[in-house]
Amino acid sequence: MELQTLKEQARQVRRDVIQMTAGAGSGHPGGSLSCTEALVALYFDVMNVDPRDEKNPDRDRFVLSKGHAAPALYGTLCERGFFPREELKSFRQLHSILQGHPDVKKCPGVDASTGSLGQGISIATGMALGAKHLGKKTRVYTIIGDGESQEGLVWEASMAAAHYKLDNLTVILDHNGLQIDGSNDEVMSLGDIKAKALAFGYDVIEVADGNDMQQVLDALHAPVCPGKPRYILLNTVKGKGVSFMENQVGWHGKAPSAEQAEQALKELEG
Amino acid sequence: MEKKAVRVAYGEALCKIAATNEKIVVLDADLASATMTGTFKKEYPHRFYDCGIAEANMVDMAAGMSTMGLIPFCSTFAVFAGRNYDQIRNGVCYPKFNVKFGFSHAGITLGEDGGSHQAVEDIALMRVLPGMTVFVPSDANECYQCVEAAAKINGPVYIRTARLPSPVYDPQPFEVGKGIVLRDGRDAVLFTCGIMKEHALETAEILAGEGIDLAVVSFHTIKPFDDLLAREYAAKCRKVFTLEEHSVIGGLGDTVASAIIGHGVESFHKIGINDVFGQSGKPADLLKEYGLTGPQIAENIKSHL
Repeated sequence: MELQTLKEQARQVRRDVIQMTAGAGSGHPGGSLSCTEALVALYFDVMNVDPRDEKNPDRDRFVLSKGHAAPALYGTLCERGFFPREELKSFRQLHSILQGHPDVKKCPGVDASTGSLGQGISIATGMALGAKHLGKKTRVYTIIGDGESQEGLVWEASMAAAHYKLDNLTVILDHNGLQIDGSNDEVMSLGDIKAKALAFGYDVIEVADGNDMQQVLDALHAPVCPGKPRYILLNTVKGKGVSFMENQVGWHGKAPSAEQAEQALKELEG
Repeated sequence: MEKKAVRVAYGEALCKIAATNEKIVVLDADLASATMTGTFKKEYPHRFYDCGIAEANMVDMAAGMSTMGLIPFCSTFAVFAGRNYDQIRNGVCYPKFNVKFGFSHAGITLGEDGGSHQAVEDIALMRVLPGMTVFVPSDANECYQCVEAAAKINGPVYIRTARLPSPVYDPQPFEVGKGIVLRDGRDAVLFTCGIMKEHALETAEILAGEGIDLAVVSFHTIKPFDDLLAREYAAKCRKVFTLEEHSVIGGLGDTVASAIIGHGVESFHKIGINDVFGQSGKPADLLKEYGLTGPQIAENIKSHL
């Protein structure tokens, strides 16, 4: 897809994130805005998925391991045609298909229920292993958080992905540097995360600007390294695209007020 | 009578169902020789995945594999039902994924490894999860039936197995969620599950010798529970006892209590592990220590009649 079109989609998803969280009065805008390019690139340019045949057993799979970024996933799925725009208004409301965290039973296009951090990457690893077992060409993608990488399960899954040579698995780190209680370094330092990923047996690609669509596309389209799972380290900005949210830890799990949403949407106009 | 550990039957049963169902795969966490999935590994090496000593990852990998259309059976020690509880809850039960858990070495009859390894809370943990089926097979033959049934259920299933060799009884007709009347009686009823069946039947023999007619009913399925059979016997015998190798909190006893409350019961007593952890010892010594041998159970019941 044209680069400009993808950038336009990302801008629209960001607007969806603001409207959804403002409408619900809760949710996680900061970490949604940091992984928007990755989601749009996956659903519009990289993955083999089709909203008209959403359960096709041979489709590629995606797991949002950092499940709190659900608004960005819902915006992307909606723009891609998995459900009508009307649904976005029901985000976090009673009986909505758009639960606070992604629910595979309720939302079309969602491949795993996530939100309990560390589990998504492990489920994605199982999907990749299952695909290999069945001789399918399915590729599996997952986005994890940097704070999430403090969970031991992330590393258990990584060890298994390398052990079973899951070169059909791509783990994408949304490294915005912030988590609920502060920066990663204040809360629990990740140390040299790239060296850690390499040591666990990943084929690692670091992206200098994980909010630059072209750079994200280049990484996602890089040829597979046979026998090795892929790890894409995206250096991103939390709250990207909204001036007063960028790099602000306070916007992890807080919804914008009506006035703030209005300003954010103005900034996100084409 | 022939004796065989329920866990041994579990390994054999996996091989049996795998022969006719290509979707079956087995995952273990470096305990294949203990949970007896090693039997399966030997026969189907390409359908066996060792996950290393990483039980949480095993469960979520199984969740992922199930979404590809496979039917994964995960095995480890029952005590780790607590360790990977979040994965069982959120990774498998919340999305209703088709994953089976065959957890072995449950209860105090695990023996010498001690209280750190003796699961006396796993039934409670599993039965509270929406959509989970909970099996506690009482012998090797019933374990075969539970494994076969688990493969046919589209959703999460927990199968609790024991390490200790126990008597193998003639197979009974098996239906998920239905209890089995092992012995009719009218003075009191003893509801049991798992390998405590042997001790329940011994208890009934002892009491029969003293003129007390004890009914014995065994439940291989704790969830969905056979409320109707429990009520029928509670109403008929009026004095109700439960027996399990599990905490008296949250296990079979509480399952029965919920089923029969308000159905004409005169007295109700739970026999099991009384809100304590276990300890090291020979299985026979441990059963005695916790009052779970036939003569002790018989005395216990008599004291309430």
